[in-house]
Amino acid sequence: MKKEYLQIDKVVGPLIQISDVDDVFYGEVVDIVEISTGNIKKGKVIKIEEKNVIIQVFQNTADLAAGNSIIKFTGQAFNLPMSLDLQGRIFNGIGEPIDNGSDIFSLVEANINGRPINPMSREYPRNFIQTGISSIDTLATLIRGQKLPIFSGNGLPHNELAAQIVRQARLGDNVDEEFGVVFAAIGVKHDDEKFFRKSFDEANVMDRVVMFVNYADDPIAERITTPRCALTAAEYLAFEKHMHILVVMTDITSYCEALREISSAREEVPSRKGYPGYMYSDLASLYERAGMLKDQVGSITFLPILTMPNDDITHPIPDLTGYITEGQIVLGRDLFQRSIYPPVAILPSLSRLMKDGVGEGFTRGDHAEVANQLFASYSKVQEVRDLSQIIGEEDLSSTDKKYMAFGRAFEAKFLNQGFDESRNIIQSLDLGWKLLALLPLTELDRLSPENIDKYFPKEA
Amino acid sequence: MAVKEENKEKGIISAINGPVIKGKNMTTFKMREMVTVGEQRLIGEVIVLEGDVGTIQVYEETEGLKTGEEITPTGRPLSLKLGPGMLKNMFDGIQRPLEKIQEISPIFIPEGIGLLSIDDKKLWPAVMTVKPGDLLLAGSIFGTVEETQVIQNRLLVPPNVSGTVIDVVPDGSYTIEDVLVTIRDAKNELHELKMAHEWPVRTPRPNAYRRETLVPLITGQRVIDIFFPIAKGGTAAIPGGFGTGKTMTQHQLAKWSDADIIVYIGCGERGNEMTEVIEDFPKLIDPRSGKSIMERTVLIANTSNMPVAAREASIYTGVTIAEYYRDMGYAVAMMADSTSRWAEALREISGRLEEMPAEEGYPAYLPSRIAEFYERAGSIETLGGDDGSITIIGAVSPAGGDFSEPVTENTKRFVNVFLALDKSLAYARHYPAINWLESYSGYIKILSDWYEDNVAEDCISLRNKMLELMYEENKLQEMVMLVGEDVLPDDQRWVLEIAKIIKVGYLQQNAYNKDDTYVPLEKQYAMLKAIEYLYDRGREGLKLGVPTSRLKNIDIFSQFIKMKYTIPNDDLSGIDKLKDEIDQYFDVLFKKYEN
Repeated sequence: MKKEYLQIDKVVGPLIQISDVDDVFYGEVVDIVEISTGNIKKGKVIKIEEKNVIIQVFQNTADLAAGNSIIKFTGQAFNLPMSLDLQGRIFNGIGEPIDNGSDIFSLVEANINGRPINPMSREYPRNFIQTGISSIDTLATLIRGQKLPIFSGNGLPHNELAAQIVRQARLGDNVDEEFGVVFAAIGVKHDDEKFFRKSFDEANVMDRVVMFVNYADDPIAERITTPRCALTAAEYLAFEKHMHILVVMTDITSYCEALREISSAREEVPSRKGYPGYMYSDLASLYERAGMLKDQVGSITFLPILTMPNDDITHPIPDLTGYITEGQIVLGRDLFQRSIYPPVAILPSLSRLMKDGVGEGFTRGDHAEVANQLFASYSKVQEVRDLSQIIGEEDLSSTDKKYMAFGRAFEAKFLNQGFDESRNIIQSLDLGWKLLALLPLTELDRLSPENIDKYFPKEA
Repeated sequence: MAVKEENKEKGIISAINGPVIKGKNMTTFKMREMVTVGEQRLIGEVIVLEGDVGTIQVYEETEGLKTGEEITPTGRPLSLKLGPGMLKNMFDGIQRPLEKIQEISPIFIPEGIGLLSIDDKKLWPAVMTVKPGDLLLAGSIFGTVEETQVIQNRLLVPPNVSGTVIDVVPDGSYTIEDVLVTIRDAKNELHELKMAHEWPVRTPRPNAYRRETLVPLITGQRVIDIFFPIAKGGTAAIPGGFGTGKTMTQHQLAKWSDADIIVYIGCGERGNEMTEVIEDFPKLIDPRSGKSIMERTVLIANTSNMPVAAREASIYTGVTIAEYYRDMGYAVAMMADSTSRWAEALREISGRLEEMPAEEGYPAYLPSRIAEFYERAGSIETLGGDDGSITIIGAVSPAGGDFSEPVTENTKRFVNVFLALDKSLAYARHYPAINWLESYSGYIKILSDWYEDNVAEDCISLRNKMLELMYEENKLQEMVMLVGEDVLPDDQRWVLEIAKIIKVGYLQQNAYNKDDTYVPLEKQYAMLKAIEYLYDRGREGLKLGVPTSRLKNIDIFSQFIKMKYTIPNDDLSGIDKLKDEIDQYFDVLFKKYEN
């Protein structure tokens, strides 16, 4: 029998400190029982100093007082029961059911912190996932087992885009390979969670979705565990049950804010913008859980969504994320305001795994060249636009005028597509060729003569 | 495998804060001593001693540790076992082979697996080169082992022993733990020499003396070899925001550099990138040896989700391994991707120690640590009298892509080559996205003799001329942004046209093209020389009053842009033909204007 403690010395935000404690371990889960009501709050040991212990409480610490609760050390790390029954269920940020369903019972338990995958055990991801969205499929191709975040801003349609990807993407090649979705909502508005639930329903995948939800008005300490619970479920389904799992997580910004709040309550030395110095390692411990393993079916493809504070891509949250993830899909406010959906700003967008997952045998032989040329040409469009701002479009050279026309057509026809419109990769590539044909052939220096012969649209 | 533990007094854990723990009863412990912590025997290192309280950084996940558990000393600092078996292998930050870890736990990396090292069961065929009575100095060679198909491991006397050989085993197969040679030193003490010996990671291995660095590290990358060369034994930094291609550039250097040995450290980077290296490198053939480039490569991986303290150690592990091969007389090139993650690991540990932070939370000793690290590079004479060198190429990941942050700033002070990666070039898919205006190489002067003797008399002056042209282009572009290109006079428009060829046809290099991924120096020079020829002939025309629009022959220009693909690396006759075509076209054209 473990000792129970009655005296709380200090409560600061989500942290409590108790003294004279023996025999606890770092990371141990704690039950805090309110004596009068019997309500149980959960916490976790995050620092031990001699006999003083600091506990991070996952629920609201509002009613805690020096002597109104019993603190019980459970002798357990933070484990969750794992089972196929997780699918179709909704949990809160510490893995308790909130859909009025029964608790999950299973002999299999997993520590929510996970452990790093040995790079020797990984399989390098190469399988293309068609999302049906031209800009993503052609220019920032999603690969099975990739972690590809969506960098968005407040008010931009990132939720719609994520929902469209869930609806249109087919993760398994073969019919007998199962796929599923794990959805983690971290500090989201109730509306957003409703939107996702509705779109999962419409896509007919609800019975394959595991949801972990922490609402914006839920306690912030729970935001730290929400993504970990979700990824633990994803690892179980992908690596034990060999399913192809798409993890959609929103909003990483709320997660980082919570991290900062707790760090400041712990009186830690801050680094950039007050975020803790270990935020890189901490985010990596989430993002790096995506991937595939050698010689076995199953994968975790990870689509985290974050809103860039003030649309600033150099803000620590997108910055550190970009250093860990395998590329990023950036949404642009400027495109959004011109009613282009999805407003994917292709120049800063990138898929690092694309180089090995496109081309002959995956998509089509010309894919890499077309993508390269579209990037180069659209990048030139930006320069020409800047110039036309100054000297006026009339005075541009004839080549530059063609660039202006190409830019407009590219945005209106290629980037822009319907919320329900799914284009396959061949359609997207052909569309790319059609638009590149607006430019003089001499400007298309990234295309090889063979591919020009084969794919360049013949004059009507 | 258990770590050898000293039969000394043990410490008692008194505080736990992430990877940093404190222990009491530690008066007999030494600073920087390696220890094992707790029932799981996690590996750690003493980093602060104060009275009987010691602070330890732990190289494994500390979840589950309790106060009151024991801290056991090992009596020695964090050390590596240096011997055959490191090449073609991949290690974690404290030299534990990931393949062996995989045998213990197939998918994830568990804690408490103890200190593993290179294989001590494998038999290596050794050839002994000494006989009884020989005097063996510290750092000299007493035998050889064919470690891989291309690298011979020269068995070294450890740098801290010397003496007269009294016993040698015959040639034959031995493990790294077998005693091969026994020597008696001046104090009449006996020392047993094995294939492997231990060396503490934080102590630089000694050498006879430092030489000047006079030979370039040939990388096959045009923008580096011609414009910003790195000397063998030199230091270089590659800073760049995310998505600018740091890792890509580092991979290209690891693949194609003409060093004998490559040590590649994935420090706090992506797991998939290390997997990519393991999958790709064995398939790539080294143009010099004709064998797989993996035969000469040591990999160290501490991915971003592995314990942060081991990240701090991984850099030292890498450079110690590099020094070991250097001491055999090899030219070693070491890539560290990324040194910023190492600096952040320092910051994280420093924060947990509650040290007073300097800039952006980094500890005040950041600059001195960076300096110590890069100073382990150099071209040296080994204790055994051979030539050896270590070239260090460190990637830097500046926060927000801003080069004025502390890690980039301090790195700049201690490296001689700065290859600045540029976001806007990367956005335009100009790879490698090395910005030619911001980058520099401090080795141009000392390497110019080499280039003159081995490439061409005018190689460096050609490089300077073309770089100057690129500077001019930059200024002109600013003007173009204000008034448009049509308004510029013809000679300036000609500069813009040539600069475009240099950018697209020369500086951009395609890592995925089998010819362009590695280009021999002769072709690099010939290509640039041809561009110069076009430029100079065009200027003749401008003097005659030929407008740029006529000088710009579409066919010739597109041949220039594609010559990296169309002209084979081993047959440069196409470049002469291209010059002939220029002459034919311009001669006819100029005739029309001459009168």
